[in-house]
Formats: sequence, C-alpha cells, structure tokens
Amino acid sequence: MSTDLVPLAVLMFAVTYPSRAIGLLNPAIDRLPRRALDYLQLVGPAVLAALAAVNVMVATTDGRSVFVVGLPWLSVVACIGIVAWRRNLFLGLLAAVAIAIAGRTAGLP
Amino acid sequence: MVDGLGIMVSAAGFGFVYGLTARTSGHFSPLEAGAMSLIAFGGAAQFAAIGYVASGLAWPAIGLLTLLLNARHVLYSAALAPWFRGRSLVERALAAHLLTDESFALAIAHFKRLGRFDAIGYWYPAIVTTLIPWNIATFAGVMLGDAIIEPSRFGIDVIFPAAMAGLGVGLVTGRRELVAAIAGAAIGVAASLAISPTIGIIAGGMLGPLVGLLTPSGSDAPTDPGNAKLP
Repeated sequence: MSTDLVPLAVLMFAVTYPSRAIGLLNPAIDRLPRRALDYLQLVGPAVLAALAAVNVMVATTDGRSVFVVGLPWLSVVACIGIVAWRRNLFLGLLAAVAIAIAGRTAGLP
Repeated sequence: MVDGLGIMVSAAGFGFVYGLTARTSGHFSPLEAGAMSLIAFGGAAQFAAIGYVASGLAWPAIGLLTLLLNARHVLYSAALAPWFRGRSLVERALAAHLLTDESFALAIAHFKRLGRFDAIGYWYPAIVTTLIPWNIATFAGVMLGDAIIEPSRFGIDVIFPAAMAGLGVGLVTGRRELVAAIAGAAIGVAASLAISPTIGIIAGGMLGPLVGLLTPSGSDAPTDPGNAKLP
C-alpha cells in the first residue's frame, strides 16, 4: 500500500496548524481593541455563509469558475429555513438530503 | 446536543464522500487518505488536495494553496481566544489542531449561550461530532466507496453546504451578523467567479464582517466576549 502522500498530509498540517493556533496560543489576542473583537464575532457567519454559497453556486470546470443554479440551492435554502424556524440543524440536514434525493429521483440536476 | 448530531451526520457524509473521491481519483491509497483526515484534518483543503495531486501540482504549491484555504482559521482562533483565557498551554495547543468550521461554530454558539468557557462545549463538537465521524467515514468511503456509483443520488453532496449554512444561521444573533453573512456569501461568490473559489472563501470571510461592522447593531446579544462572564 502506497505511503507516498503521507508526507503531503504532514505538510498540509504544518501549513494549517499555525493559522489554527495563532489566536489560541497568543495571549495578546484578548487585548485587542473592542472594534477588532466585534469584527472577529462576525467572522463565523461570514465564513460559513461564504463556504455554503461558493459550494452550491460556483463550479470549476477546466480551471474556470462558473456560476451554477441547481437543486442544491433548494436543499440549502430549506435547511436555512428549518434551522431559523426550529433551531434544529439535524432536521435541516434531513430536509436538505430529502429534497436532493427527491429532486434527483425526479430527474432534476 | 441535537446540533452536534447534525454535525456528526454532516462530518460523516462529507468524510465518506472525501474517502470515496480520494479512492476513485486513483492517486490515494486508503492509508494516504486516512493520514490526510487524521493529520491534516481539514475537509475542504483535503478535497482540494485530491484535485491538486491529480493535476500534478508541486507540493510547495499545494502547501501554499492549503495555507490560503485554511487562513480563515486565524479568524476562528482569534475569536475563540478570549473564551480560552486561563486554560493551559497544552489544552490550547491541542484545541488548535481540532479547530474546524464545525467545532468553531458549535463551540462559539455554546460559549455565547453560557456566557463563559465550557470544556465539554469545545471537546464534544471537536472530537465526538467531528474528528471521530470524519475519520471513520473517510475509512468507510475509501474501503466501500466503489459500491456507490453516484453519491449525489443519495444527497450526500448537499450535506456540507447545508451544514455550513445551518451553522451560519445558528450564529446569526442580530442584524450585524445577518449582514456579515449575506455580504460574505455575495463577496465569496463574486470573488470565486473572478479569481478562484479558494480566494472567494477567504475574501468573503474577511470582507463580510467589515460590511457587518458598518451596520448598526440590532441585537442584545453580547458581541464582545471580553464583556461576558469569563473564567
């Protein structure tokens, strides 16, 4: 069994860990000004929304990014609606998957 | 706890698809795919790495792109830091390796609800709902993936974006957070189309909060963990 790419996993850890640790291991981070802390509180919603939107709205083909419209939009919107309404992520994910299965069974892209 | 169950499903589904994709790419052995999940432990970056390896990209370039894609963790780490004030160096160092989109979202929401740090509130989402299912599902995807011809028919491909969006909703406690999320998504998509998805996610994550800061706060929730009750 090949192990050639295990060092690549170590390299990826080496370039990822500092970004994960810089805040947690730097005691000066909590002496940031109020404005900076306000900014940091908004990072979570912004990054998660960007991850979701890019994942369902952008596809890369032949090295080019293109805008796509498809069934995953509906799944994600349903999940957002249910989480906002019921505050229950599990239910939201179940709905998203159910919509995707039903839509694809019906032949939607 | 219920949100944690949702994340467990998400991590398992996404990990399974990762294992499946790594296997079917023809470049990753089960051991290599498993090492990625355990050592690198970065879902989106691992997915991207499959494409990088398949396209023959040099390792330094893969390292640079991984660094960029995971740069958002700087922001997560800094946002969590005030809540970890007073915790031991070893605990913070270990917590850093397990910091993911999922563990961050669940933990920060939990800390905000409590108004203080809670160890289980971090380690439970980091280990039980993310690390363990992610690695088990990777293994399952690599070993059993050949039997599933079209994962999208089972809706597995929508689990990750739906989970990210749902987690984002959980963090929206006021007008500023909502504006930051909408701006982050819009900027992310625009920058992805103009440059690349990697840059798009970072741009959305960095510029979205700036747009949010321009919005008057419409929430009673504490926006500054430094003002909350901390250990």
